Amino acid sequence: MALWMRKSLKTFNNFKCIMGSFAMINQTSSWSSSFIQNLRNPYSHFGNLPTLFYSSGVESTTAQNQSDSSFNSGCSQQVMDFPGGKVRFSPEMKFISESPEERVHCYQVLDENGKPITGSNYIQVSEEVALKMYSNMATLQIMDTIFYEAQRQGRISFYATTIGEEAINIASAAALTTDDLVFPQYREPGVLLWRGFTMQEFANQCFSNKADYGKGRQMPIHYGSNKHNYFTVASTIATQIPHAVGAAYSLKMDKIDACAVTYFGDGGTSEGDFHAAINFAAVREVPVIFICRNNGWAISTPTSDQFRSDGVVVRGQAYGVRSIRVDGNDGLALYSAVHAARNMAINEHRPILIEALTYRVGHHSTSDDSTKYRPVDEIEWWKLARDPVTRFRKWIENNGWWNGERETQLRNSVKEELLHAIQVAEKVEKPPVADIFTDVYDVPPSNLRVQEKLLRETIERHPQDYPSDVPK
Amino acid sequence: MAATGNSARRLGRSFVNLYGREFSTSCGSGSGRSLNLYSAINQALHIALESDPRAYVFGEDVGFGGVFRCTTGLADRFGKNRVFNTPLCEQGIVGFGIGLAAMGNRAIAEIQFADYIYPAFDQIVNEAAKFRYRSGNQFNCGGLTIRAPYGAVGHGGHYHSQSPEAFFCHVPGIKVVIPRSPRQAKGLLLSCIRDPNPVVFFEPKWLYRLSVEEVPEHDYMFPLSEAEVIQEGNDITLVGWGAQLSIMKQACLDAEKDGISCELIDLRTLIPWDKDTVETSVRKTGRLLISHEAPVTGGFGAEISASIVERCFLRLEAPVARVCGLDTPFPLVFEAFYMPTKNKILDAIKATVNF
Ligand SMILES: Cc1ncc(C[n+]2csc(CCOP(=O)(O)OP(=O)(O)O)c2C)c(N)n1
Ligand SMILES: [Mg+2]
Repeated sequence: MALWMRKSLKTFNNFKCIMGSFAMINQTSSWSSSFIQNLRNPYSHFGNLPTLFYSSGVESTTAQNQSDSSFNSGCSQQVMDFPGGKVRFSPEMKFISESPEERVHCYQVLDENGKPITGSNYIQVSEEVALKMYSNMATLQIMDTIFYEAQRQGRISFYATTIGEEAINIASAAALTTDDLVFPQYREPGVLLWRGFTMQEFANQCFSNKADYGKGRQMPIHYGSNKHNYFTVASTIATQIPHAVGAAYSLKMDKIDACAVTYFGDGGTSEGDFHAAINFAAVREVPVIFICRNNGWAISTPTSDQFRSDGVVVRGQAYGVRSIRVDGNDGLALYSAVHAARNMAINEHRPILIEALTYRVGHHSTSDDSTKYRPVDEIEWWKLARDPVTRFRKWIENNGWWNGERETQLRNSVKEELLHAIQVAEKVEKPPVADIFTDVYDVPPSNLRVQEKLLRETIERHPQDYPSDVPK
Repeated sequence: MAATGNSARRLGRSFVNLYGREFSTSCGSGSGRSLNLYSAINQALHIALESDPRAYVFGEDVGFGGVFRCTTGLADRFGKNRVFNTPLCEQGIVGFGIGLAAMGNRAIAEIQFADYIYPAFDQIVNEAAKFRYRSGNQFNCGGLTIRAPYGAVGHGGHYHSQSPEAFFCHVPGIKVVIPRSPRQAKGLLLSCIRDPNPVVFFEPKWLYRLSVEEVPEHDYMFPLSEAEVIQEGNDITLVGWGAQLSIMKQACLDAEKDGISCELIDLRTLIPWDKDTVETSVRKTGRLLISHEAPVTGGFGAEISASIVERCFLRLEAPVARVCGLDTPFPLVFEAFYMPTKNKILDAIKATVNF
């Protein structure tokens, strides 16, 4: 108590002193002239910024300690205790620049030829894990090709590919454990694949048959699996992000050795839910990993229409969240970053933000033709020169773990398995009419019981109005 | 996940017979070009921007023409300062629109799907709707119009099918308008844009391509808060709006074969709504049926029913019938079961007439 009194008195005196000097400065004409100068050249002081502004973090402790020694020496002091900590005063009026001189660097391990860059530090991946990663990435490619084609043929109503983002999907999943909770957007089926969701399970969902865990109620690609700790996809953008934070808080309270991981796109970071989530995570100190797939596009909207910050990674510091930018097409870099993030999240109870830079090689979905709003050359370049699957393959080939023969074998067998799964899924009947009314609540209330009865009477009277493949 | 374009076209067609939406909702003709609904909207937006230099069009993906093509050509014609993409943030879109409108501009905001309007709910309900009232009319955002495609489309599931109009009908201070056809859409949208109150304009996305009729080329407006009797009859009054009217119209035709004469009313503006037209009709027919895609419980049909019972209690010869969506989320594979189909309406017409 006494300590607090002393401190706050001091704070008060300091504050008086500052107010006084402000009033004084205000009367001088030099103030306005330097103000105008600054407006003309807001960049002029940027170089000094790092020493002036710290967010919480490792370095900030040292910075504050340094200023502590001179804290007591009266009105000439430049530091004062504000809510949130000590702040150093400056006689100069400096605006923080809106953009850094250089964009935040992007962590990379494998170069375009699949060779580890000299000096890169990364976490070793065993042959077994590497081969599973590669097989899963290739499987994802095949799934995309075949499901996309099935949609074109009118056999399923909708599809969206993950092309170009296979490494983000698979490498991040590989660095997690299956106890980690996943709150996906819709372009991360690879995480589920990694966890053992079968071709048949994917197909059942896309064909809305009665084996779909979502009981045919949602559009294709809205996968979800309790068994795999993969919360069901919703089409609504960014809504899952705060869920991950709440779930992670529960993990922390229950002292469970796991974290929550949420995926979202560059577009998703514009929604209020993203900002709410990352702020909550920082304040509640929860073990959550935010993985942003910055693929350059939100349907037709380029990131330049989405934000003017240096991407997404810089938002982390603004919210007091540790963050890293990673080459999203580099499986090894992603694996290492997510692995490290997971350790920090769980052991230090802190959120981590990962921005994976990549490109949406496919159209937004089967409802979209992206050549209407972006150059074909650009798409082709990303598809050919920067393909994450090819890069990873080169790496495992360089290691002597993979060859052309195994490649052909893998692709043939996955294709066969998937085509079979689709054939089966297509023949399985749809969920029964009863499933319309269940799960709205834990048990159907009276209004739904009445509506089910009326509906069944209507079906009896007009059977021709209803699809024959839905059991009545 | 915009369920638009090719797949919408393909699947839309395969579901057409089930719901009978291949018919034009045209009720009367004018001199003009044959247009589908999205082109009529597009024409209205061209006129709005052309006729008022202080009009703006913005929303997610509107720059390249929008996922439903309603804003095609606008950015090229009027420039990127007046027609632009916004960040993916509905609360931002509406909040920004309120501020723009408060400065005397016409802010025409697009929410990509009505299903995604909820992040903007606070801005609509607490801000747009109360901007005038809370300031004692010192400020208003009457220039704001929020366009959003709504309703079933054959394969939209939970998040590309909803009809959220009732939420907004519970909010004094905004208007809610829903057109049934291209001609109506153009005339009503222009009225909404020029109305001195904030308006939510829901567009029946199933009809964007399917509904085609003659649309006058010139700048014209239809009055708000005026329902339209689109078919006269004596035995029962049917009230609906938007895409549902084409289904109701077919039920009317079938009922006629059974000697039942239906009066069909397009409410057009849901709030403030035209009670007089509905009352006059019910006084004549003595019976009322309301149909909408949204879940029956708490739907706008309930409000119409209560108001008409208040006004016409002694004239009613049967309980008011409501043929609406089920009280469930919109279920993909069960869409046909969820929907208020022609035969459900027809059965209810007969039951009401034979009560
Ligand atoms: C709340 C909400 N608003 C709008 C949409 C329509 N929509 C679907 S996907 C999308 C773009 C998402 O872009 P991004 O977050 O970058 O993910 P990406 O598709 O690139 O993976 C939009 C606007 C939506 N699904 N939800
Ligand atoms: Mg994106």
